[in-house]
Amino acid sequence: MSDVTATDITTTSAAALGEALRAGELSSVEVTRAYLDRIAATDETIGAYLHVDAEAAVESAEAIDAARARGEELGPLAGVPLALKDVVVTEGVPTTSGSKILEGWRPPYDATLAARLKAAGTVLLGKTNMDEFAMGSSTENSAYRVTRNPWDTDRIPGGSSGGSSAAVAAGLAPWAIGTDTGGSIRQPAAVTGLVGHKPTYGSVSRYGLIAFSSSLDQAGPMTRTVLDAALLHEAIAGHDPLDSTSIDAPVPVLAEAARRGAGGDLAGLRVGVVTELGGEGHTDGYEPGVLARVAEAVALLEGMGAEVRQVSCPAFDLALPAYYLIAPSEASSNLARFDGVRYGLRVGDDGSRDLDEVMALTREQGFGPEVKRRIILGTYALSSGYYEAYYGQAQKVRTLITRNFTTAWDDVDVLVSPTSPTVAWSIGARVDDPIAMYAADLCTLPASLAGIPAISVPCGLSEGLPVGFQIMAPALADDRCYRVAAALEAAQDAARGRALLTGIGSKENAPS
Amino acid sequence: MSTPSPKGQLTRDEVAHLAHLSRLAVSDEELDLFAGQLAAVLDAVAQVGKADVADVPPTTHAVPMTNVMRPDAVRPSLPRDVVLDGAPAAEDDRFRVPRILGEEA
Amino acid sequence: MTDTLVDYDEVLTRYEPLIGLETHVELGTASKMFCGCSTTFGAEPNTQTCPVCLGLPGSLPVVNAVAIESTIRIGLALGCRIASWSRFARKNYFYPDIPKGFQTSQYDEPLCTAGHLDVEVDGETYRVEIERVHIEEDTGKNLHVGGATGRIHGADHSLVDYNRAGIPLVEIVTRPIPGTGAKAPEVAKAYVTELREILLALGVSEVRMEQGNLRSDVNTSLAPIGSLEWGTRTETKNVNSLRSVERSVRFEMRRQAVVLDAGQRVVQETRHFHEDTGSTSEGRSKEEATDYRYFPEPDLVPLAPDEEWIEKLRAALPELPAARRARLRDEWGISPTEMAWLVNAGAVELVSDTVAAGADPADARKWWLGELARRANDASTDLGELAVTPAQVAELIGLVSAGTINDQLARQALDGVLAGEGDPAAVVESRGLAVMGESDELVAAVDAAIEGNPDVAEKVRGGKVQAIGALVGAVMKTTRGKADAATVKRMLEERLIGS
Repeated sequence: MSDVTATDITTTSAAALGEALRAGELSSVEVTRAYLDRIAATDETIGAYLHVDAEAAVESAEAIDAARARGEELGPLAGVPLALKDVVVTEGVPTTSGSKILEGWRPPYDATLAARLKAAGTVLLGKTNMDEFAMGSSTENSAYRVTRNPWDTDRIPGGSSGGSSAAVAAGLAPWAIGTDTGGSIRQPAAVTGLVGHKPTYGSVSRYGLIAFSSSLDQAGPMTRTVLDAALLHEAIAGHDPLDSTSIDAPVPVLAEAARRGAGGDLAGLRVGVVTELGGEGHTDGYEPGVLARVAEAVALLEGMGAEVRQVSCPAFDLALPAYYLIAPSEASSNLARFDGVRYGLRVGDDGSRDLDEVMALTREQGFGPEVKRRIILGTYALSSGYYEAYYGQAQKVRTLITRNFTTAWDDVDVLVSPTSPTVAWSIGARVDDPIAMYAADLCTLPASLAGIPAISVPCGLSEGLPVGFQIMAPALADDRCYRVAAALEAAQDAARGRALLTGIGSKENAPS
Repeated sequence: MSTPSPKGQLTRDEVAHLAHLSRLAVSDEELDLFAGQLAAVLDAVAQVGKADVADVPPTTHAVPMTNVMRPDAVRPSLPRDVVLDGAPAAEDDRFRVPRILGEEA
Repeated sequence: MTDTLVDYDEVLTRYEPLIGLETHVELGTASKMFCGCSTTFGAEPNTQTCPVCLGLPGSLPVVNAVAIESTIRIGLALGCRIASWSRFARKNYFYPDIPKGFQTSQYDEPLCTAGHLDVEVDGETYRVEIERVHIEEDTGKNLHVGGATGRIHGADHSLVDYNRAGIPLVEIVTRPIPGTGAKAPEVAKAYVTELREILLALGVSEVRMEQGNLRSDVNTSLAPIGSLEWGTRTETKNVNSLRSVERSVRFEMRRQAVVLDAGQRVVQETRHFHEDTGSTSEGRSKEEATDYRYFPEPDLVPLAPDEEWIEKLRAALPELPAARRARLRDEWGISPTEMAWLVNAGAVELVSDTVAAGADPADARKWWLGELARRANDASTDLGELAVTPAQVAELIGLVSAGTINDQLARQALDGVLAGEGDPAAVVESRGLAVMGESDELVAAVDAAIEGNPDVAEKVRGGKVQAIGALVGAVMKTTRGKADAATVKRMLEERLIGS
C-alpha cells in the first residue's frame, strides 16, 4: 500500500494519479474509493452529481487493477476516475441532460467520447449536474438540484457544466468532461478556479452529446491543471466517422505543448488583448477585480517574453445577440424530438387526449422555463418572414466575427480576455433576469461562434473568488492555448508557492 | 406571421402561436411572463440588425468541409426489445401513441 | 358522390386543366440515408432501427454516398443541372412518424434543377419541365388501431414502426404542365410511367409501386377557358399506382368543375385518393399548414459535387428508355403509335423481357396488350403488378406455337399461373390442358359431330363448305376446347369432302 492519504488522492492532479497508478503506488480501487467516499460525505452539500453508481465504479476499477496485475499494456489514463456531464450519452447509465423530460432514460449506446474514455480505462464515477439541455450559466436551470460553488456554497458554480466544475473543484472527481456551446466549459471553470478548454469545433466528436446548438457544441476537459486538460483532451479528440462535422486530421499534440509551456519561455509569442472584451471603453459589466487579475496575468505573460498589443474586434459587440438567435434556433429544432413518443416522459395520455395535446402537455411539463423560452425564441427566429432578419442575419454577423479573428491572426498568435466579466454570483441573483444571465457569456461567445479553440485558466482571486483568464487561438491551434495557459499557471503557482485550488474554502485568501 | 412586427416586439398572441408551433401547452401565467421576458430578449438580439452585412455570406459551419459521406454498407440495428424498452407505451412491437388528429399519413 | 360530377367531356368545354406532380421514389440502397440500418422491405416492425433513425438524443446523421450518386444520376437522366453546391435542410414539424421532430430534406439548395422529360400520348409529345430533384429521408409508418379499416379517423390510437424511417427518398418535382387539355390525365400517367422506366433503367430503385417505392402527389387545377390566371390547385397525396394517377386527375377535374360551376372557389388543400371508388376526399387545408421553419442542417456539411465526378456518372448512364424504345421499335418492326400503346400500358420492359425469354415480338405484344391488359384492367391493377412474369408469358407463347395448347387453352393456363399454380407447362400438365392429337377420342368426337348434325354434314357434302364451322364448334364443345381447331377442320373435311 502507498503512503498517499485519501486527501492527497482527492486533491492531486489526474496526471499524478495516473503516474502513481502506473508505478503501482496506488490501485485504481483505492483512488476510486477515495473519491466515492468523498462524494458520499460532501456531495449532499455540493450537489455536483445527478447519478453515481459506486458499485459499477469499483467494479471497473477492479477490472483495471486486475488487467494491470496481469501485465496488460494499459494507457496513461487507465484506472483514473472521471466524471461526465450528464449531456454525454452513456450506455445503460441514466442520461438526462438535466431535464425531467429524460428522467429514467437509459441509453442503448455510448457517445463516441464516452466509448473512447472507457477504452482508455478510465473509471466512470458518475454523471454531473447541468443547466437543463446546457441552457444557462449557473446550473440553476437543472430540473434536479442546486449545485454549489465549493469556494462559497452560497454561490453558483457557473454553467452549464456546473456539476463538472463543482465536482472537480470540490475534490469529487479528479477531472471531468464538460460541453461548451457559448462558454459552458470555460465560464464554470473560471468561477471555480479550474482549467477548462473548448476545443476547435469538429475536433472532438459530437456523436452522443445531447445536442443544444449543433453548430456550436463541443466537448472538452475541465481539470485542476493545464497538463491534465491536455491529457484528457488528447484522449477524446480525433476523427469520428459517426459525426459528419468531425475534422479528419491527426490528434493534436497537446500534453507536449503544455509541458513545453510550463518551462515559461514565451519569447516571440505575440499576444493580443481584445479591446471589446473588458478593454478601454468596454468595461461596463466587468468587475474591477476581474480586470485587475487579467491585467496582472497579461503582465506575467509579458514578463515571460510575450509581445503584447491591443487588438480591436468590433464585431464582438454583436456576438451576444447573434448567439442568442443562433443557439435558440438550433435548439428549438434539436429539442423537437422530445415528443413523448419513443423515450422519456409522457404526460396526459389518459385516453381522453389526442396526440397533439399529449405532446404539448409532455413538453410543457418536461421542460423548464429557460428551455421553453429559448424554444419559443428559436421558433420565432426561424419562422418564415422572420428568418432573414433574425437567424439569417445572425449567421452573417457570425461571419463578421470570424473575419475579425482572421484579421487578428495576421498580427498575433493568441488573443486574450477575461473568461467571465464577473466572479461567481450568489445563487438566485439572476434567475428572473435572462438578460443578466446571458451577460455572463459575453467573453466566451466570440470563440464559440467562430469555432476556434479557447481555454480558461485561473489567474487569481477577486474578493476571495477565482477569476478566469481566456486564451483564444486559431482553428486547430489548440496547442497554443495549452502552451500559454501552462506558462501562466506555472508562473502563478511559483509566485504563490502553491496551486490556487489549495486555497479553496478559505475566503480570507489574499488575491495573488 | 407573414411580416415581422416592428422592433422585435412580441405580442401575447404571437407567443401563444409560437408555443403551439413548438407543442408547448403553456399556461396563461407563463404566457404573460414569457411575453414580457421575450420582449426584452428580442430587444437585445434585434441588435444584429445593426450590422452592415451587405455581401457578407452567412456562416453555417465554423469549419468549412464538404462531401462527407459514408459507404452504403449495412450495419447491425438495435435489438427490438432494446428499441422499445424506453418507450412510454408499446403494443404489437410498435410504439403506441394516442389517436392522431389531422392529416392522414 | 360520383353522380354529382360533371361529365368529363363537358368539363373540357368550359375549363382548361393544369397539372403538376411531385413524385417520391424510395432508392434501392442497401442501407438507410443517414445510418447503416438495412432497408429490406417487409421486416418485422422496429427491427431495422438504431439510435440515428430512431432520433435518439445525441445521435447524428452521416450521408449515404450511393444515395447521393443515385440522385445525381436521376438528375442527369432528366437533363438537370447538377448543383455545384447543395445543402440539406431541416423541415420542422411534429408527427409521430418523423423521429427527430424534423425531416432532413433539401430546401433552397437542391442537388438537381431545371431538367425535362418528354412524354408521348396518342402520338403527341408533351414536354414536362422538371423543377428540381432532391434527396430526403422517408418517414416511419403509422398503423391506426380501433377505427374502421385502419383509417386515421375514428381510430382509438396508433402504432408506429420506424423501419421505413430514414430510407433515402428522392423527390422529383415538375413545373406546372400547361397545354395538356383533354389529355391531362393521360399525360400525368404517361409522365409517371416514363419516370418509372427511367428509374428502372438506372437501377436506382426497384420502383415497386405496390410497396410504396414510388408515390406521387398530383396537383390539379382548372381555369375557365381563356382565363389569364390559373385556378386554385388541389394536391392529391400519395397516389401509388399508374392507373390511379390518371384517375385522380380525371376525378379532380370533374369535381372541381362542379365547384366552379356553382360559382364557388376551389379550396387549396391536400386530398386523399381512394383506390376503391376512384374518388378523392378532403385532407388538411393548406391554410392551417405548418410553418416548416426550414434552415440549413447543421449536423451535415454541404455537398459540392465536382465536375469530374458528375462527368464520370454521366458517362456511365445506361441507355435511357426513349433511346431504347427507338431501338426496340426498329428491332420489333413496329410503328411509333404501336410503341406508344406499349408505353402507355407500361409494357415496354415486360415485352422486351418476354422477347428476351424467347418469344416472338409480335406474340409478346399481342399477349401483353391483349389478354394480360384485360386481366390487369379486370383486377384494377397495373400490368407489372400481375402475378405473371415475362418468362412465364414467353413459356405460354412457346406452348402455343409448339401446338401443345391453343389460344383458348392458353387463357386457361394463364388462369392457373395467376392463381399461383406454377409455371405454364406445369399448369397445362396439372389441369390437363394439352391439345388433343388425332386420338381415338377425337375421331369419336368428329364422327359423333357428323352423326349428330346430319343436316349440316349434308350441306358441307353438297359444297357449302363454310357450314363446316358449326361442326368444328360442336367438336370443340365436346372436347371442352382441348382439340386443335385446325386439326378438327381437316379431319371433318377428310370425312365429308375427301382430300
